This record gives sequence, structure tokens and C-alpha cells, in this order.
Amino acid sequence: MNDKTADKTTDQAQPQKTGAQCVIDGLVEAGCDVLFGYPGGAVLDIFNALYDAPFQFVLTRHEQGAVHMADGYARATGKPGCCLVTSGPGATNTVTGLATAYMDGIPLVCFTGQVALNMIGNDAFQEADVIGITRPVTKHNFLVRDADELPGIIAKAFYIATTGKPGPVVIDIPKNVQKQKTAAQPPKTVSMRAYHPDMPINPAEIAQFADLINRASRPLLYVGGGAVSGGASDVLSALAHKANIPVCTTLMAMGVFSDNDPLSLRMLGMHGSVAANYAVDHCDLLISVGARFDDRVTGKISAFASKATIVHIDIDRSSIGKSVRTDLGVHGYVKPVLEAVLPFVLAADHAEWIEQVQRWKERFPFTYPEQGDVIMPQFVIEQIDAVSKGQAVITTDVGQHQMWATQFFRYTRPRNFISSGGLGTMGFGLPACIGAQFGRKDELMVCITGDGGIQMNFQELVVAVEHQLPIVVVIINNGFLGMVRQWQELFYGRRYSGVMLSQHERAPNEHIPEAKKYLPDFVMMAEAHGACARRVTKPEEVAPALAEAFASRKTWVIECIVSPDANVYPMIPPGSHVAEMINRTV
Amino acid sequence: MKHIINCLVENQPGVLARIVGLISGRGYNIETLNVGPTADPTVSKMTIVVPGDAHVISQVTHQLSKQVDVIEVVNMTNRRHLDRELILLRVASQDHHGRVEVVELASLFNARVVAVQEDSVTVQMVGNQETVADFLRLLKPYEIIDISRSGVIAVGREVIEHERAK
Ligand SMILES: Cc1ncc(C[n+]2csc(CCOP(=O)(O)OP(=O)(O)O)c2C)c(N)n1
Ligand SMILES: [Mg+2]
Repeated sequence: MNDKTADKTTDQAQPQKTGAQCVIDGLVEAGCDVLFGYPGGAVLDIFNALYDAPFQFVLTRHEQGAVHMADGYARATGKPGCCLVTSGPGATNTVTGLATAYMDGIPLVCFTGQVALNMIGNDAFQEADVIGITRPVTKHNFLVRDADELPGIIAKAFYIATTGKPGPVVIDIPKNVQKQKTAAQPPKTVSMRAYHPDMPINPAEIAQFADLINRASRPLLYVGGGAVSGGASDVLSALAHKANIPVCTTLMAMGVFSDNDPLSLRMLGMHGSVAANYAVDHCDLLISVGARFDDRVTGKISAFASKATIVHIDIDRSSIGKSVRTDLGVHGYVKPVLEAVLPFVLAADHAEWIEQVQRWKERFPFTYPEQGDVIMPQFVIEQIDAVSKGQAVITTDVGQHQMWATQFFRYTRPRNFISSGGLGTMGFGLPACIGAQFGRKDELMVCITGDGGIQMNFQELVVAVEHQLPIVVVIINNGFLGMVRQWQELFYGRRYSGVMLSQHERAPNEHIPEAKKYLPDFVMMAEAHGACARRVTKPEEVAPALAEAFASRKTWVIECIVSPDANVYPMIPPGSHVAEMINRTV
Repeated sequence: MKHIINCLVENQPGVLARIVGLISGRGYNIETLNVGPTADPTVSKMTIVVPGDAHVISQVTHQLSKQVDVIEVVNMTNRRHLDRELILLRVASQDHHGRVEVVELASLFNARVVAVQEDSVTVQMVGNQETVADFLRLLKPYEIIDISRSGVIAVGREVIEHERAK
């Protein structure tokens, strides 16, 4: 290792640098300001070069954490996230993180070490077919066979990750390539024969689109993650207001249209608002803006928006008409498409329709049962909104708390709700929160998590503590894998199988000798990781605890012991129509 | 209905696996697959026969065109084209009589007898999908000992403006 450093400092005159150095230079070139990662034998050369890198390196405690951090950084900033891991187990540990980013179209570039080229295929120590394993969960991947190719590949990787529908890209670099010397320079521009992310707008489609809007009497905008990655927030708002079109969003697009806007119907889908789902059912024109008709949104496909003409704007042509019949597909980036159509859209008031929608909103707000001495989980989310004055950036894990986080916090800016939508990855919330904080250092980040999800990547708390990140982890502890328990309650005759995190009343085959009250003790656990921590058990303790944590600018864990049997409503059962919506408040 | 999809791809390691993985990973079937070089050594052509309705085929072509290594995707079934498949098959022929019948049938299909053994004849046949299917159907009464098929290949009948897939 010492030789390497010596090399580098002495041979200034020589244009040759190592593959490892190319990685660092490529990251600098791409504007990387923080790299998340974990070392190992197959990336020693890169870590050696990293020692002198001009950007920050964050050592995570698990490779999954590194990818989720890069992902959270990308979601919070819109810039590509970067991570670096070793071969074999290091690389396989990234798979869940890559799949999470892939499903949600998040730009990141992940460098993996690989055994030397001449060892590939020999079942060498810590060898894994990373290209094969990651192929279905990446937008693209590269195996680097020669250091001469490396600068070009890195530039291409960032280009691919950030253009078109964004996504994760893996660069697998064999150990000998990291050591190999090259004079290759990064290319000035990237162009690829087979990849053309530029998408000219088709004027005929725009004309038809405008015509459909102008003729509609009950139009509705259905907005997804594409509007976030495409930076379409402002033009979306302009369009909605010009023609008085109500707006509902998917989980991926929370905040892209302010929840406080009178035209906002908030989230649609399985646990969306009644107003949004009724509007979908009644509208005569559904305009999908960078959303992809996920089954959690549509329920019963054949009955979805059955009275509507459907317009689908998407950069991914394969997404148009994939799951739902589409009357007009508009292929392109959402922002230029909306900008192009806006001048042709006539001002309209749609008074009757707006009034109708307004009545639904008033009649069916998100509510929850009366709270006695026991904290209701929904109340905690409301308090986070209130105490942070709506300014917190929220990340979540997956489950009931995630849905409550969409319902009881009002999002007013894009990129302020960060959650694994497509893959639904438990363990995402904490590392994503840390990554987001590295990207937006001045803001208050709150990770809303479950007693299940937090245990999937708890180890990353150390990273927040050692970097003194002001993130506040709020554990909604209901003693259950709550979302699964809810399905068992509603659809499996209350046979609670494999969902009890608390120690009581388990199924006979899950019997444990002795029930313990707080296991694990999250407060002790947080403190052992160096964080400030508190457990709250009464409603009146919630706001003061949050206020103290938010004001401290320190890493906090607040465990809220909440009602164990609260459910997320409304709920449209899977594969069902809005008419079958369950909406109870008890 | 079966569709013949021609796909021009970067001639690079891993591309074949990516394309095959993409199609199978989405639950679609590949009936035949043929890969070979083109006049440009940096480009390979894959000819994929996929059964499915219009929705399936449009998904497959769009998913293929989305791939970073895919230069062009053309659904040959939608345009005037020529398609051919080569098959080699060994048919059992217990006696002289049986052999004559097989040879006769082969000659009706312009197929060539390429080898003769005591107990079998080996026939090479080239034809489009229909002719190949007809030939195989008429051979049903005979015992086919072995068969190898090249997979369908296809070219357009006329030069048309290159409709780039993206
Ligand atoms: C990695 C992973 N494993 C399993 C699941 C399935 N799953 C979805 S929600 C859920 C329960 C989550 O429990 P908890 O974190 O306590 O959240 P709650 O629903 O109780 O709010 C489970 C197990 C998942 N989404 N991700
Ligand atoms: Mg729970």
C-alpha cells in the first residue's frame, strides 16, 4: 500500500494513473461530494486512492446501509448517490438497496470490487457473479475489463443513472484493473449509440392532449415519482390552477403538489384519501403525470377510472399502457410536456366538479379513533407535523407507520417525503434519513419507523451519531409487524402468525418461555450507539419529547409506545374497487 | 400469435444474457433465438421468436428498446419480410420402403438428404415458419430420432427508413 502512495506522489510527470485513481477522478468529475461505502480485499486499491480524495467518505456499518444512504441522498437532493463496496458478500449485500432504487427510479452509481479478471469463474475467494446477480435490479451494469475503459465507463454510468428514467448503475471492477496503469482520460462528452435519453416532444400528441383537457368536465391529475425526478412541481401547479384540475399523488410524489393547496386531494390508492379515490372513480379525464399505475394504486384494474379517458405521460414508453388501457400516451419528460401543453389549455373553473370534490374532502378527512391514555400512532405523526411546523423532511420504513406518515403529515415541498414505494423495503428509513441529511445538512430530518423496520438496519445509527447528524428517529412501537397483522386481522380471521414482536399471546408454535416487556430496549440500544433517547408512553409526553429532540440538533431516538391494534384506514382491499373500501375509525 | 423480433445490439459480453434475462424475467417465452454478427463487427443481430398477443409483444419490444445496449428493435411480423429456419433431422427408416417415403417427402419440400445410414436418413431443410411447420407435420407418422433447429432468422423485403426504436 505504501508503494502505491509513493508512486502517486512521485510520478507527477507521468500521465499514467491506476484504475483505482480513475475511480476517484471519475467521482470528482461527476460532482460527487459524499461517497458511502464499506471496504474489503477486492477494493483495497480503491480505498488506498480514496485516502486522498477531495470528497467526504462515510463508512457505513453494512453495505445495504451504504446503498440506502446513497439512495436517500439522491432522493433528497436530486443528485446521483454514490457508493463503494467490496466483492462477493459486499456486493451481494447491495442487492436489496439496488432493487429499492431501481423500482423507484433513483439515480445512483455503485462501485463493486471484483476478483482479478483471470480468476473470474474459478469460484475464487469472495467471488460472486455480480453482473449476473444485479442485472435485473439495475438500469445497467458494467464489468470493467481494462483500465483504459474505466474513465469512459464511469462517465457513461453517471449519464445513464441520471438521464431518461433514472436508476442505479453498477460498475464491477476487477482487482487487477484497479492496479493497472492507464493514460486514458475522462471523455469530454458522453454519447452512446444505443442510448438516447433525449425525447423530442410530439406536437400532435400535445395538441390531442390539450384538446382532451379542454373538453373534459371532470379532469383529474394523477401524479407520480416522474414529476419529482423531472422537477415538474411548478408547471404542474400552473396547469392545475389554470384549468382548475384537482390533483392526487402517489406515495412517490408526496409534496410535489402541496397538500395545503385547495386543489390537493392528497394520496390515492389502497390507503389513499377517500376524496382522491372517489375522484378517480368519477373523473372523465385522468391525466397520469409520471406515474405507472402500480397495483397498490389501481386496485381492480378493470374498474380503475372506468368513466375516464386516460392520458399517460411517461418517459418510459414500456410503462405506457403496461397495466391500464391508455387512450393517449404522451412520451416524454413530464416537465417539457406540461410546459408544451400549458399555453393550449384554456382557463376553466369546472365549478361543479370542484364543488363535488370539495364535499368529499370535507366529509371524509383522515381520522382516527379517540385517544385515551394510550398514544394513537396517528397522533404521533400529527405532532411531528405540528412541532416541526411542517418543516421536517420525513423518511419512513414500510408498514402501517409509513401509511400514517402519508396521511397525517402535510407535505408542501417535493423531496421531503422519502420512502421505499415500489419495493417496500423495511430497513430503508434510517440509512435513507442519514443519506438525506448528508445531502441537505441544514434541515431537520425525521425518520418515522416501526419496531420491526428499525431493527433491520439499526447499526447505521452509529453513523448518524459519529457525524453528529441532527436526525430524529421516531419509533412507532405497536409491538407488532403491524401492517401484516392488519391483513391477518382483516383477511385471515385474526390468526396472528409470525407478527408478534411483543412477547404476549403468541401462536402456540411461537411460544417463548418468558415474556419480557421492552425487548429490545430501544432506549438502551440507542444510548449504546451514542444517541440521545427517550421512551414515551402517554399522549401528553409526545410533543415535549419531539420539541426537545428537534431543538437539540443532535441524533435522537424517540420510542413511542402506541396502541397495538390501530389499523390504517381507509383501505381498499387488494384487487378491489373503491366501492369496497373499508373506512372505519374504530 | 408468434412474432419475429429483430434486435440489433452492441456486440459485447453479457448482452445476450441481459436480453434473455429481460424476456424470461418478465414471464414471457422465447420460442427460438438466433444470434450472429452483422456486417458491422461491433453490432450483433438477435432474432427472437416470441409467442404472445399484441400487448405482450408491445411490452417486449418496448422493454428491449429501453436497454442501454440495444440499438434497434424491429418487429418483422409487422412488415414485409423473409424468414427462414434451417432444420436438421434424422428419421428412422427400418426398411427400403420407409426410406423412399421419407426421401420423397423431403424432395417435395426441397429438402436435401445429407446422410444415409442403415436405419435412418438425415435431412436438411430450409424454409419459412409455415413450410417448416408443414414439413414437420407430414413427418409425424415417422419416427424422428433427432432434430436440431437453427431458430428463425429474418430480413426485411425492402429497405425502409430506419425506425429507431428510441
Ligand atoms: C425487508 C422486508 N421484509 C418483509 C416485509 C413485509 N412487511 C411489510 S410491512 C411489515 C411490517 C412492518 O412492521 P413494523 O416495522 O413494526 O411497522 P408497522 O406496520 O407495525 O408500523 C412487513 C413484515 C417488507 N416490506 N420488507
Ligand atoms: Mg410495528
